[in-house]
Amino acid sequence: MSRQTLVYLAGLVLLLVAPLLFYPVLVMKVLCFALFACAFNLLLGFTGLLSFGHAAFLGSAAYATGFAMTHWAVTPELGLIFGVAVSATLGAVFGAIAIRRQGIYFAMITLALAQMVFFFYLQAPFTGGEDGLQGVPRGKLFGIVPLAEDWAMYYFVAAVFVFGFWLIRRIIGSPFGQVLKAIRENEARALSLGYEVDRYKLLAFVLSAAIAGLAGSTKTLVLGFATLTDVHWATSGEVVLMTLVGGVGTVVGPVIGALVIVVLQNELADKAGPWVTVIMGTIFVACVLAFRRGIVGEIAARWPGKAGAPKQEHGPGH
Amino acid sequence: MKRTYLAAAAVMMLAAGSALAQGKISGEVVKIGVLTDMSGLYSDIGGQGSVLAAQMAVEDFGGKVKGRKIEVVAADHQNKADVASSKVRQWIDREGVDMLTDALNSAVALATARLVAEKKRVFIDTGAASTRLTNEECTPYTIHHTYDTFALANGTGKAVVAHGGDSWFFLTADYAFGHSLEKDTAEVVKASGGKVLGAVRHPLSASDFSSFLLQAQASKAKIIGLANAGGDTINSIKSANEFGLTRRQTLAGLLVFITDIHSLGLNATQGMYVTEGWYWNLNDETRKWSRRYFDRMKKMPSSNQAGVYSAVTMFLKAVDGAGTDDADAVMAWLRRNPQSDMFGKNMKLREDGRLLHEMYLFQVKKPGESNGPWDYYHVRQTIPADQAFQPLSASKCTLVKKK
Amino acid sequence: MDEIFGIPTQALLGQLLLGLVNGSFYAMLSLGLAVIFGLLNIVNFAHGALYMVGAYVAWMALEYFGLDYWWALVLAPLVVGAFGILIERLLLRWLYQLDHLYGLLLTFGVALILEGTYRYFFGVSGQPYPVPDALMGATDLGFMVLPNYRAWVVAASLAVCLVTWYVIERTRLGAYLRAATENPRLVQAFGVNVPLLVTLTYGFGVALAAFAGVLAAPIIQVTPLMGSNLIIIVFAVVVIGGMGSILGSIFTGLGLGVIEGLTKVFYPEASSTVVFVIMAIVLLLRPAGLFGREK
Repeated sequence: MSRQTLVYLAGLVLLLVAPLLFYPVLVMKVLCFALFACAFNLLLGFTGLLSFGHAAFLGSAAYATGFAMTHWAVTPELGLIFGVAVSATLGAVFGAIAIRRQGIYFAMITLALAQMVFFFYLQAPFTGGEDGLQGVPRGKLFGIVPLAEDWAMYYFVAAVFVFGFWLIRRIIGSPFGQVLKAIRENEARALSLGYEVDRYKLLAFVLSAAIAGLAGSTKTLVLGFATLTDVHWATSGEVVLMTLVGGVGTVVGPVIGALVIVVLQNELADKAGPWVTVIMGTIFVACVLAFRRGIVGEIAARWPGKAGAPKQEHGPGH
Repeated sequence: MKRTYLAAAAVMMLAAGSALAQGKISGEVVKIGVLTDMSGLYSDIGGQGSVLAAQMAVEDFGGKVKGRKIEVVAADHQNKADVASSKVRQWIDREGVDMLTDALNSAVALATARLVAEKKRVFIDTGAASTRLTNEECTPYTIHHTYDTFALANGTGKAVVAHGGDSWFFLTADYAFGHSLEKDTAEVVKASGGKVLGAVRHPLSASDFSSFLLQAQASKAKIIGLANAGGDTINSIKSANEFGLTRRQTLAGLLVFITDIHSLGLNATQGMYVTEGWYWNLNDETRKWSRRYFDRMKKMPSSNQAGVYSAVTMFLKAVDGAGTDDADAVMAWLRRNPQSDMFGKNMKLREDGRLLHEMYLFQVKKPGESNGPWDYYHVRQTIPADQAFQPLSASKCTLVKKK
Repeated sequence: MDEIFGIPTQALLGQLLLGLVNGSFYAMLSLGLAVIFGLLNIVNFAHGALYMVGAYVAWMALEYFGLDYWWALVLAPLVVGAFGILIERLLLRWLYQLDHLYGLLLTFGVALILEGTYRYFFGVSGQPYPVPDALMGATDLGFMVLPNYRAWVVAASLAVCLVTWYVIERTRLGAYLRAATENPRLVQAFGVNVPLLVTLTYGFGVALAAFAGVLAAPIIQVTPLMGSNLIIIVFAVVVIGGMGSILGSIFTGLGLGVIEGLTKVFYPEASSTVVFVIMAIVLLLRPAGLFGREK
């Protein structure tokens, strides 16, 4: 058994016992944001595209699932699938427009498009405006398992998270993932090698949007509502921060980053008073200036081999 | 539904009676949770001021109820329903918080209402305006204090028409909140014999209102109803002055707080109609309390902050009266005993959770009439408690027995 | 013809003019972004926040030192420009060797810090700033009554934009700047102090934002959030225009202001999104932007 497998096994065990040690709803929230950050990292860390509009996917799926659950009374798994379908479709539209420019322009375009989506949800009658789409039932999984109990919900969320995480690892490790990395390293070279770069980028974008959507849909199930916060640009900024703190381009980094940021927000709620925004901004600046590898990246760089998480170079595809 | 509830209440009353002897209070302390916005859109009407108001209520109560210490905890929900939701769950499940108040953001309030219904805790919302709290989303544990969008629309609409403002044009924030404020007000205006000449929708946080105001000006309506909030209201008022609308037309702010008037100044706001549930300069009692508040906060309280004081006070009285912090008993006690404090007199709690109190129509003073900072309002009309709010017959609350 | 699509022609002219006023702000802000981007290759996410700081400098100058609007017009760009130089020297310069995305992220963090700090000290309802006495009142133009101050905004911002264009396109300093944008190493070899040029350019770019902030102060409430609402639209404007050309930024800013103004009359529901829709269309037809060149 390799070290890496051991680490993942330890993570899995921790995942199984976490609700006994920590507050389950908070852990579920962390898992949702962790999946969201992993999806975002698939683009930034492994394709080199900075999307500043990922909240649009989280929020669209959250609203779509909420709508399906309340108005059509579908089962949770169908609600999730619907949410993912909506965010993937939106991802295709965003992607088709945004990949026409590179680098900083790409970031600005995704931000602007996401702002348009924000206004759509703000004005659309079914979202309830600033009231939010409230009272989404958790329902019965496959029509059998009631998710109203926190423990049932927890293991469902854990399963969704493990699936999403596994999927991202598979994507990164696949030949497709290798091409994405080639694009990240040198787009012109990838192009000259005969890869249709735009199609790869678009597919990566859609996959990332879909998994971000999965996170958003799951979050709606857990908390029972979808609100404008989910589609606000501040949320897009937050996911960037989570990824940055954890380590861009590492597999486990975004999970750690999400954990740090969500717990921090939760703790700062009663302690920092009005300073939350300033603290978040300071973390941003500090990360960019002195801590670009993030937590996991630093660990991997200082203790190669013993690291809690392999950097992408150690990924299964090599 | 109501019958079972009443039966439950009766049982609780008995239980409360026996609890009195035993002093049945869960945990070592009675905890009040102020769920507020410390730095966002609503921090001026809530925030630190709400926390102070809650603390003052505890101090005025003597710091103890039924021999147990009272403690105030506060959290900044950052206007995120998910932060609020996990905080409230944690407060209730882990820290034994007995009562929640303030809320301010309607998504936060509605999410909290769902939670308190499930976990049986008292939630007295003062800050969020959505009438959904006492309609579709009403719960046996939610009390809606201070104001709501219906009361604002109703108060301003009716009274302004009565004062001669019988033709209206709306400047409406283009989302659910603005739409409902516009619709409620328009209905009241028409019912009172006024006319609605039109409306223009503007996006949330618009950078410029002049274009929309010119359309309002062209309508020649006597009253321009501002169905928006916060920064949007402030900027519409500012532009209305710049373009000279206020010379021929009068603005009616449908959701305006004294903090907005304070930050705009009287020059820009004079003559405007405003409905609020409370004002520091109403009577001796409000003035006395507000001075104490001012000494510590260096600002006069908003109606919401006064509402928090009143909410905490009535909760503590109910715990004392019922002899327990059990939410069912506290709510039953509050339904039986109308409350009086510096916020209002003889305030009755209705079955849909609406707290009935007087609302006031104010007109903003001219700069020459004001005695200095915070002296901003003329009281133009006191709207009696039984007319101020949505009638029970129109309620969509499932706790209300339909006749 | 008295009406176009049911709107009186006169009212329409008024709306066009108002659109131009808003467009002036877009033009000034996107110009600053373009100047900074040209040399530093950084998209300054803190631009909106610095615009807000500019307005607050004006407010503080009046409130605490009794310095009026005209002082503020000079003072705010200087103060904010100096602050910008500080940001560039202390923070940004460590990032030039890295991916440009880090510059965006860093300035995003700076924007959060500035906004949070101002919210703490000044609250969210904000502070009013009076229209200067000399520009009080309004002029009847026949088709509308235009407040004098709005006319001044258009004139002042156009003047500033044109001076900027002249300096960059027609002077020796501008020639250095353009050359450094193309090939910094070569220009350095010719004895031009490129790092200094970079610092001053950033200072100048944010000074433009501060100038816009002072111009805006009498029109809209000075609040800590005034910049964050605007910056995303300005980003879209920049994408539409492409950041390659100075005149391009100016024209795009003004043009979009006018288009947005017309939307407010004909279909106000879409006025929040029209700029983004145009951005999407432009990207599909001309990915480099209206005035941009593909790098």
